[in-house]
Amino acid sequence: MLSALLIVFREIIEAGLIVGIVLAATTGVPRRGSFVALGVLGGVLGACLVAAFAGQLASLFEGSGQELFNASLLLIAVAMLTWHNVWMASHGRQMARELKAAGHEVITGKRTLAALAIVVGVAVLREGSEVVLFLYGIIAQGGTTTSSLALGGALGLAAGAAMSALMYFGLLTIPAHRLFSVTSGLITLLAAGMAAQAALFLQNGGYINILSASIWNTSWLLPEDSVVGRLLHTLVGYSDAPDGAQVLAYIAAVAMMLVLMRMVGKPGPRPMAAE
Amino acid sequence: MKRLFAASLLLMATPLSGAFADDPIKVTLQNHKFSPAEIRVKANTPALISLSNRDPQAEEFDSPALKVEKVVAGNSSGSIRLRALAPGRYPFMGEYHANTAQGVVIAE
Repeated sequence: MLSALLIVFREIIEAGLIVGIVLAATTGVPRRGSFVALGVLGGVLGACLVAAFAGQLASLFEGSGQELFNASLLLIAVAMLTWHNVWMASHGRQMARELKAAGHEVITGKRTLAALAIVVGVAVLREGSEVVLFLYGIIAQGGTTTSSLALGGALGLAAGAAMSALMYFGLLTIPAHRLFSVTSGLITLLAAGMAAQAALFLQNGGYINILSASIWNTSWLLPEDSVVGRLLHTLVGYSDAPDGAQVLAYIAAVAMMLVLMRMVGKPGPRPMAAE
Repeated sequence: MKRLFAASLLLMATPLSGAFADDPIKVTLQNHKFSPAEIRVKANTPALISLSNRDPQAEEFDSPALKVEKVVAGNSSGSIRLRALAPGRYPFMGEYHANTAQGVVIAE
């Protein structure tokens, strides 16, 4: 039962933390709830589909379909998160200058709500398909342990959801004027971690064959598969033994995000009245 | 120019087809146990494991040491690429049935 609890818990917090950050980043945006709910729903449906076709997916592309699929999903999420941050960087500053922040805050973020819903959907899809496969296996197996495993799974789900809620309400205690910079910082690291993981999937799929040696190993200090390691892995992309390609992807994603945000966020002379 | 193009195409295609020294190492999963549970590979050379899952349930081949997480559906097979490994022991497990599904890759 404990193993079932742990497996489900680990997958749920990964998706749940991302949902929490997205919710915090869109505080005050109308209809964000339905967008995020749509993302979660789409993700769950997609997860069931992926689980149903796991076998076919794995055998695609010379047996690397799963890796390619995961890497693509992650890169889509990275693109969406980058767009959100860049958009917020350009419009957040403009809003602050216009001193009508309260009214405009409602409009900000609305533009990228669909992008963030995709991020949520992708996160739920990726982690959810593993939960679906695992739970389906338990149910299909039958026998005496089924109910205890199912109970473990349900407890894991509840614990993961509670943890994600804690994250969300924790973020909300940050004063409103600082929340924006905190969430954009979190989103930058989130995206960088996803980019690094995409590099890992491409490496495992055989699409990248360079820089495959580990740069450092901190598994003695904080193993990545521990609960704290897993949390940090999702939040800031922690890896206990990253290879060169992962580190490079991480740095590149952060650099790209910062450069783009700086470029559009620069207070220029052009008035952007037509919004 | 054309030759250069062909050469670069060849270069791009090599990692997919020619990077592995030998044929895939065949591993079977049955009753949630790996067989062989001890896999020997040449050190510092990439290798390919072909995992055939004979159980009706899906399994996730999981190894933090090998940096691999791969789901293999029930009654099907999947390929797992191992990067060039320094000599040593690299444990792996089937995450969904970790009580029984345990194994180790030994690079030497």
